[in-house]
Amino acid sequence: MSGFLSSAIGKKFLMSISGFFLMLFLIVHLIINLLLLADTTGATFNIAAHFMRTNPLVKIIEPLLAIGFLVHICYSFIISITNWRARPIKYEVNNPRENSTWISRNMIYLGILILLFLIMHVINFFWKLRFGEIPEIMVNGELMENTYSLVSGLFINYWWYDVLYILGAIFLGLHLTHGFWSAFQTIGLDNTRWKPRLKGIGIVYTIIITGGFSIIPIYFLIKSYL
Amino acid sequence: MAEKILRKIKLKIWRQENAQSKGYFDTYELENISTDASFLEMMDLLNEHLIMEGIDPVAFDHDCREGICGSCGLFINGRAHGPDNDITTCQLHMRKFREGATIVIEPWRAKSFPVIKDLMVDRSAFDIIQQAGGFITINTGSAVVANTILIDPKSAETAMDAASCIGCGACVAACKNSSAMLFVAAKVTHLANLPQGKPEAKKRAIQMAKKMDELGFGGCSNTGACEVECPKNISISTIATLNREYLSANVDQ
Ligand code: HEM
Ligand code: SF4
Ligand code: FES
Repeated sequence: MSGFLSSAIGKKFLMSISGFFLMLFLIVHLIINLLLLADTTGATFNIAAHFMRTNPLVKIIEPLLAIGFLVHICYSFIISITNWRARPIKYEVNNPRENSTWISRNMIYLGILILLFLIMHVINFFWKLRFGEIPEIMVNGELMENTYSLVSGLFINYWWYDVLYILGAIFLGLHLTHGFWSAFQTIGLDNTRWKPRLKGIGIVYTIIITGGFSIIPIYFLIKSYL
Repeated sequence: MAEKILRKIKLKIWRQENAQSKGYFDTYELENISTDASFLEMMDLLNEHLIMEGIDPVAFDHDCREGICGSCGLFINGRAHGPDNDITTCQLHMRKFREGATIVIEPWRAKSFPVIKDLMVDRSAFDIIQQAGGFITINTGSAVVANTILIDPKSAETAMDAASCIGCGACVAACKNSSAMLFVAAKVTHLANLPQGKPEAKKRAIQMAKKMDELGFGGCSNTGACEVECPKNISISTIATLNREYLSANVDQ
């Protein structure tokens, strides 16, 4: 097993599995976030957010998610460093545009941008919800934290946060245009027949993720000008 | 295509005395090159001129000059085997270049392929990987015996496609990670699809992949650059097959 995890294919396997896990998480995260648009009082979103905070299953999944991110991020650096070392002398003239996409060659830089976004995102919401003071609200006779006001407040009062969140969604989308298919290829679930299909499904998935996550700041941005 | 004459071309070529010495680029000019000349013929002309001038000719690998041996590895204008897909350098012609242009020629660049001299690199790392498991140990008998073992056409096709790898190293040269995954995947896919190769398929995948790491090749980022530059059109689907073989071999262990 130690041989497996120190091999190039084994390390890449961990990138793929953690990537799959993160892609699944994004779907759940998006569905809940879209409830922000469900009603203007924020009751639906508050109930969903409250459910996520108190649900015991989420308590188990939360540390798993943290591990998923950590594995993906740590191994992305480990892999990238090994890969850089494999070519100590660079080409004087290199023309990789002719054989591969920019995104596939620069996953680490898109990943670092996503990581920066992630740090900001955690400080904006997760940290405040977990350790900060959040105003409370009565919804259907139950007292709960007003997560909706936290989110809408940020997005309505600071336009640059809207821009940063849209940019975050775009970087993530670019990462996924290569990552989605690549994750299948890495675990061997690919062949000449499935490659175009998986790439197609990947584009649909990416549009849903980037589009879905962008709609929210766009909605609040428009609202702030109304 | 009608023959034309390139009245003047410039060549910027990597010169390196031996494996230990520091290399540098030197620039040469050539006149009146036919567009029908192959790239290697142009290199021969250059060397004739250099020899007449008392300059050490440019060392480069070549043998068959018909796209089957895989020795002619040159990195030309930023691409393995030059500005065309699916060919070796010996199949490249001067009609792909324009008059007055500067052509930059470098050796394959990879930690595992050290330069021997000028444009020649040591590709014995591929032989070492091959020796780690790219074979079958059983006696397969004569052709008559082989023909009694039926192979379904799809497996035979897949194996034959993978077997067309000529070990040129363009995949390593083109890959941003200098990864040997396409080469190893071609060998593993070739043998794993044949009944004679199946019994040792898992062991082979593990040993060849291990050797590839030990020799300092990088990992796969699935960019697909190798597939585009491979003169034999080996598909990166073979890499999915290698991953599958490798993962299932580790599950079995
Ligand atoms: C929610 C966030 C993220 C998701 C959903 C995600 C998803 C993925 C997926 C599916 C892959 C393809 C795996 C494969 O090729 O087998 C991938 C690759 C990669 N990711 Fe991420 N990723 C995320 C965040 C990050 C972050 C924060 C970083 C780094 C700081 C990162 C760095 C990388 C790198 C470097 C690769 C390519 C590795 C290689 O060279 O093969 N990712 N990602
Ligand atoms: S896989 Fe293609 S590019 Fe790589 S060594 Fe074989 S023939 Fe050359
Ligand atoms: S010299 Fe043999 S393939 Fe080019």
